[in-house]
Amino acid sequence: MFESLQENLSSALKALRGRGRLTESNMRDGLRLVQRALLEADVSLPVVKDFMTRLTEQAIGAAVLKALDPTKQLVYIVYQELVNLMGPVDHSLHLRGEVSVLMLCGLQGSGKTTTCGKLGHSLLQRGKKPMLVAADLQRPAAIQQLQVLGQQLGLPVYADLSAKDPVALCQAAVREAKASGTDIAILDTAGRLHIDTELMDQLSLIDRRIGPDQVYLVVDAMTGQDAVNSAKAFNEALELDGVIMTKLDGDARGGAALSVKAVTGVPIKFIGTGEHLDALEEFHPDRMAGRILGMGDVLTLVEQAQQKFDREEMEKQEARLRKGEFTLDDFKKTLGQAKKLGPLNKIMGMIPGMGALSDMMGDVDADSEMRHLVGVIDSMTPEERRNPSKVIDQSRRRRIAAGAGVEPHQVNELVKQFDVMADMMKRMSGLGMRDKMRAVQELTQSGALSPGGKLMRQKVGTGKRLTPQERARQKKLREREQRRKKRDQRRNGR
Amino acid sequence: MGLFDKFKQGLAKTKQLLNTDIRDLFRAEGRLVDAGFLDELFEKLVRTDMGVDAAQEIVDDIGERFRARVVEMIEIVEEIKQKLKALLAQPAEPIHLAASGPTVIMVAGVNGCGKTTSIAKLANMFSDDGKKVVLGAADTFRAAAVEQLTIWAGRLGAEIVTGPQGSDPASVAHRAVARAVETAADLCIVDTAGRLQTQQNLMQQLTKIHRVLSKQIPESPHEVLLVLDATTGQNGISQAKHFTDAVRCTGLVLAKLDGTAKGGVVVAIRKQVGLPVKYIGVGEKAEDLALFEAEPFVEALFAEGS
Ligand SMILES: Nc1nc2c(ncn2[C@@H]2O[C@H](COP(=O)(O)OP(=O)(O)OP(=O)(O)O)[C@@H](O)[C@H]2O)c(=O)[nH]1
Ligand SMILES: Nc1nc2c(ncn2[C@@H]2O[C@H](COP(=O)(O)OP(=O)(O)OP(=O)(O)O)[C@@H](O)[C@H]2O)c(=O)[nH]1
Ligand SMILES: [Mg+2]
Ligand SMILES: [Mg+2]
Repeated sequence: MFESLQENLSSALKALRGRGRLTESNMRDGLRLVQRALLEADVSLPVVKDFMTRLTEQAIGAAVLKALDPTKQLVYIVYQELVNLMGPVDHSLHLRGEVSVLMLCGLQGSGKTTTCGKLGHSLLQRGKKPMLVAADLQRPAAIQQLQVLGQQLGLPVYADLSAKDPVALCQAAVREAKASGTDIAILDTAGRLHIDTELMDQLSLIDRRIGPDQVYLVVDAMTGQDAVNSAKAFNEALELDGVIMTKLDGDARGGAALSVKAVTGVPIKFIGTGEHLDALEEFHPDRMAGRILGMGDVLTLVEQAQQKFDREEMEKQEARLRKGEFTLDDFKKTLGQAKKLGPLNKIMGMIPGMGALSDMMGDVDADSEMRHLVGVIDSMTPEERRNPSKVIDQSRRRRIAAGAGVEPHQVNELVKQFDVMADMMKRMSGLGMRDKMRAVQELTQSGALSPGGKLMRQKVGTGKRLTPQERARQKKLREREQRRKKRDQRRNGR
Repeated sequence: MGLFDKFKQGLAKTKQLLNTDIRDLFRAEGRLVDAGFLDELFEKLVRTDMGVDAAQEIVDDIGERFRARVVEMIEIVEEIKQKLKALLAQPAEPIHLAASGPTVIMVAGVNGCGKTTSIAKLANMFSDDGKKVVLGAADTFRAAAVEQLTIWAGRLGAEIVTGPQGSDPASVAHRAVARAVETAADLCIVDTAGRLQTQQNLMQQLTKIHRVLSKQIPESPHEVLLVLDATTGQNGISQAKHFTDAVRCTGLVLAKLDGTAKGGVVVAIRKQVGLPVKYIGVGEKAEDLALFEAEPFVEALFAEGS
């Protein structure tokens, strides 16, 4: 995957610094890296050029050159500048007293119809009465697609299978919305190319005749250099009020967000993070800036974690933990909790410093690994789950392995992993979410969580409290070991 | 050694030293190949969506060979075009037809890239050739995906095999191929649900469809086409890598090339993953499919004003 800008810059500028003071020309090499990162993230070239001009002025300024850590300073300026450019946020739909009309438009396949459903879902949750309007009379089965979504959500869908003119259809739909006590009508228009003058004129006509309260452009996060062209054309034809960026659940860096914001000037309102109708989130420029720079989306993760971890369940487990009652059953539940967050690799990619780990895991399928673990636990008796390290002997091990379809040594590994996990849980209990993240991160860096097949490596506890000096010495040893490993890896061509 | 030879030798050395060419001294027009020139070239390349790596590689090569010489930008671009055309060239017959029995084509790609429409176009092309086509609607996930392909099948007069919403896509694919065998059809084209390449479980599902098909007929699927939206930027590389890992893609269909996007990421894909572009999509209608040709494609990459 992508190395983070921070890492790249650090090594580049460190090399430069070794040769003396950081100078203006040295800094230019750093700036080149920034430009590269932006282009790799698919920010459009003209936008990158503008950005670099502004950045150069600031970076060459005395403050950065003299800063104690120019790398950090530079990354900070880049990040801040990105945040400024993509903000300010405005998540409001600006609904009016009576029927508001919201229109979605965009290129073919960008996600308009799905986003219609998502907006409907979110409005419904807020106690509104939305109606979906099937104004795409072009694509085969577009109307049915919206109807299915409406059915899933229990929302009315205005459709007319024999209609030929989308303008007339939208007018009729708004009349119907008014008559039926709907709060918001959401128009799903057909996908079109920004250079298709006939269809763009048709869109302007709908805009003029209906006068929607809000017009949003739906943009695919994977869009490359062309983002500026299409966004500009749609904005000129319609005067957009906002942008929704879809398909951010993948590994696209989403530089198009910056391009689109730069050419239209309208706020990015929401992001789509999945095909399901609840996968719509508010847009946050700081997270997007981190994503574009490959810096890890830690805030999003924290928020997701807070939403999805079942707080009560966690507290119950923590209480048991403190009493020393943490069993394999609890372990299994914890695995289940972690799973709710999404694929493990994705979660780890969102934590700064753990991106590398998720890369190392690469092909290893952490999710199927997890299923194996659960399978092993399921094959145990309650007694074995309560007290695995004491009870499970060789013959039991064989039986469990056969039941779960794994090798006996894998059962052994699980038991050891459980010990580490219990230890980790003990240490983490009582910490807030943020501190937990940090603890996990420290554990990873210390090598206690080994990437690869096994989620965790056995770590033999010393059983006694260490003095601060002893701890510091151990840390040093660990770090040395890590450096050595890295060196070897490099030597072996990774 | 005569005086003249000595002179020539000296000249050669100087030439090496300055990396310049005596001919350049007499050129009235043209530009010095310097940092500014190379930056400008880099920008031309990056605009195509080929990506920083591919662009930098070309710029470095040009810089090495021409630095300090006087050239016309147009000549340099011309040379780059020739190389890209050679890189992207493909054999005249992009689809390998099965020696006997139906040729099975599996179509995959990320959400909304144009899979279903491209299948309609392929079916149309083969029907025009007098071939009999069976379509397999193995996108059992997306709302009205089956209806969409069914409408196309109706318009094109192709037979279609479907399954209920949410059912196992591999079994739909299997039944479609069985139907093609049964009716002695020439081709069976299998649609799949859009999925992002990072979704491991969905990618495994795709692998399963592939596996089921190859069990059914050993050589099948004879082609696995990855549909790529021409507006896609650098993520296209990740798409090509992961889909190829999952289902051994044999080539690309570059859809939506009728817009202003240039689709240059296929250059990086060709270099890094090796996948050739086989067809291009140039509209929403069944006949809007064309054989990929490197020549006009590369010319369009560098066309100004679009
Ligand atoms: N992974 C992911 N898929 C999405 C997201 N939003 C939409 N999709 C998928 O993208 C594909 C296209 O979505 P549609 O809603 O049909 O797109 P559209 O813009 O209405 O397409 P046209 O009407 O043909 O122009 C579908 O497979 C959707 O399920 C998202 O945020 N994440
Ligand atoms: N302009 C243009 N539009 C195209 C082209 N190919 C497909 N489309 C449009 O792009 C949109 C999405 O196409 P689909 O064929 O439904 O895409 P898909 O990949 O099957 O989508 P999912 O199944 O939802 O993942 C539709 O509106 C198509 O009409 C093309 O070559 N040019
Ligand atoms: Mg639609
Ligand atoms: Mg489809």
